[in-house]
Amino acid sequence: MTVYIIRRLFDLVFVLLSVSILVFLMLRFIPGDAVAIMLGANIDITPERVEALRRQLGLHLPIHEQYLQWLYGVVRGDFGNSVWTGRPVSTEITSRLPVTLEVTLLALAIALLLSFPLGIVAARARGGWSDLFVRVGSIVGLTLPSFWVGVLFIYAFSLYIPAWPSIGYVSFGSDPVGNLQRLLLPSVAVSLPVVAALTRIIRSSLLEVLNLDYIRTARAKGVQQRAIVYRHALRNAMIPVITVLGVQVGYLLSGVVVIEQVFAIPGLGRLIIGAVNERNYPLVQGVILVVTTIFVLVNLLVDLAYAWIDPRVEYS
Amino acid sequence: MSGVPLVIGLGTSFRFVSRLYRNRVGFSGLLLSLLVIMSALFAPLLSSYGVREQNIRERFSAPSLEHPMGTDNFGRDVFSRVLHGYRISVGIAALAVSLALVIGGVIGLVGAYSGGWVDRLLMRLMDVLLAFPVILLAIGILALLGPGSWNTALAIGMVYIPVFARLARGPALSVLSWDYVMAARALGARGRRIMFRHVAPNIFAPIMVQVSLSLSTAILVEAALSFLGLGTQPPTPSLGLMLSESRDYMLISPWTSVFSGFAILLAALGFNLLGDGLRDLLDPTLKDVIS
Repeated sequence: MTVYIIRRLFDLVFVLLSVSILVFLMLRFIPGDAVAIMLGANIDITPERVEALRRQLGLHLPIHEQYLQWLYGVVRGDFGNSVWTGRPVSTEITSRLPVTLEVTLLALAIALLLSFPLGIVAARARGGWSDLFVRVGSIVGLTLPSFWVGVLFIYAFSLYIPAWPSIGYVSFGSDPVGNLQRLLLPSVAVSLPVVAALTRIIRSSLLEVLNLDYIRTARAKGVQQRAIVYRHALRNAMIPVITVLGVQVGYLLSGVVVIEQVFAIPGLGRLIIGAVNERNYPLVQGVILVVTTIFVLVNLLVDLAYAWIDPRVEYS
Repeated sequence: MSGVPLVIGLGTSFRFVSRLYRNRVGFSGLLLSLLVIMSALFAPLLSSYGVREQNIRERFSAPSLEHPMGTDNFGRDVFSRVLHGYRISVGIAALAVSLALVIGGVIGLVGAYSGGWVDRLLMRLMDVLLAFPVILLAIGILALLGPGSWNTALAIGMVYIPVFARLARGPALSVLSWDYVMAARALGARGRRIMFRHVAPNIFAPIMVQVSLSLSTAILVEAALSFLGLGTQPPTPSLGLMLSESRDYMLISPWTSVFSGFAILLAALGFNLLGDGLRDLLDPTLKDVIS
């Protein structure tokens, strides 16, 4: 196990370094002169300003030195400065990151809370009406555009529960109830496809396990159905569920980026869209790097959890 | 992989459709996808109004016989715009998936055939691309290229390259060790001939399934990017863009929001169901290959 963990950590470093190279090269892939594009329609462009920005971005150095210098900064949390506001990119990101994380975690919690009962009920009532309902629901839910659901939520709530604050954001510290009220709708909207994916895998995985010999033995011994499902089957059914969960976190992060735009939530999603529109490349790079790192770390955790739950996983 | 992957020739296609007919999920997916594709292809014939034809006096009207999905803030017919929206959205998704299929497929086949460091390098590169959350990678690429339909197709295509590279590589590796491929090699067939003449047709089944499933998610990603304002630009009627614009007047008339979003769902659902059905049909063991 220790060897496995160490090997996975090496993989992690390799992937993160490669990701950082790609993100770094972004600025280099821009057709034309990055600096000229960034300054764009700005009227008071002087050769001095162009040169200053060029130096600020380190573009006067050879490319490998540029990368090393940039990476050295990134490792210490220095992503450079926002082209427009001049504020450090890291400050912009750290002020927005908790918002995005809160929505993501809320959505994840909602997804887990809904999918387990649904999946278990469907598996136990196999072939029945509730099973059919859950199966059709999870097929449709999988392709549900969460930003559309969000738009419909806003419409429905403003029509039927006008007092509900469905748009905007207040921090949890200043107003816990208001914070949760505002984040509930976006979290539910973005969690629905995840609920569908998890419910589906929980149902099929549980059904597969329930057909195994040791379950038949338990049944023959007279163990109650409830105990069979919860005590004997569920743990073994978890393995594929965890794999799907890891994949879904990626979709969830993608979904949150979009849903923030729907509900006017000031997280990383709104930050990066704004940055793209104003061609603020250091900020774009910073957000992509941070969110991708989170995603890669989550996947590492999933892999480790997988190995921990299923001793049959080969570590070599 | 156990079992011989199916090769679908013209002769077996009728039997194939009749088997798909018995698979309820797959068949409803086929019908939905056909509906969407037909709407896209024949949009100019099916719609009775132009996409930019404004009629201010009839703006915000509810669904009626004249306007089955109502009208928007400029009095444009939403039904006509949804049909043309399919043209743009499905077109971009199809272009993106074709791009990913060709480039990813070649990368996977070359990797499998060359082996050694070439293979390792290519697959490592693919792993790195897979490390990015989908939308974020697409946003990053669009940040470089700028908005627009072609660039959106390019960005989504890039995102899907590793999916097809991996998919092509796995079965290609096992096919390469089969006797008839070895025989072809012994007869002096060269690399490219072996890859495209002998190996490629054999990995057709999993690729077909993945094409359908990828179309489904590509439609969703395209809609999301247009919704964010980074994809197709107005006044082109992309579904995501229509949904985004309709939010401004949703309280006056919700119909554009309802129908443009529903249209996205239908298209994504159709190709997803079709992919699911094809997977069950072509090879039950594929469930492990495609997750």
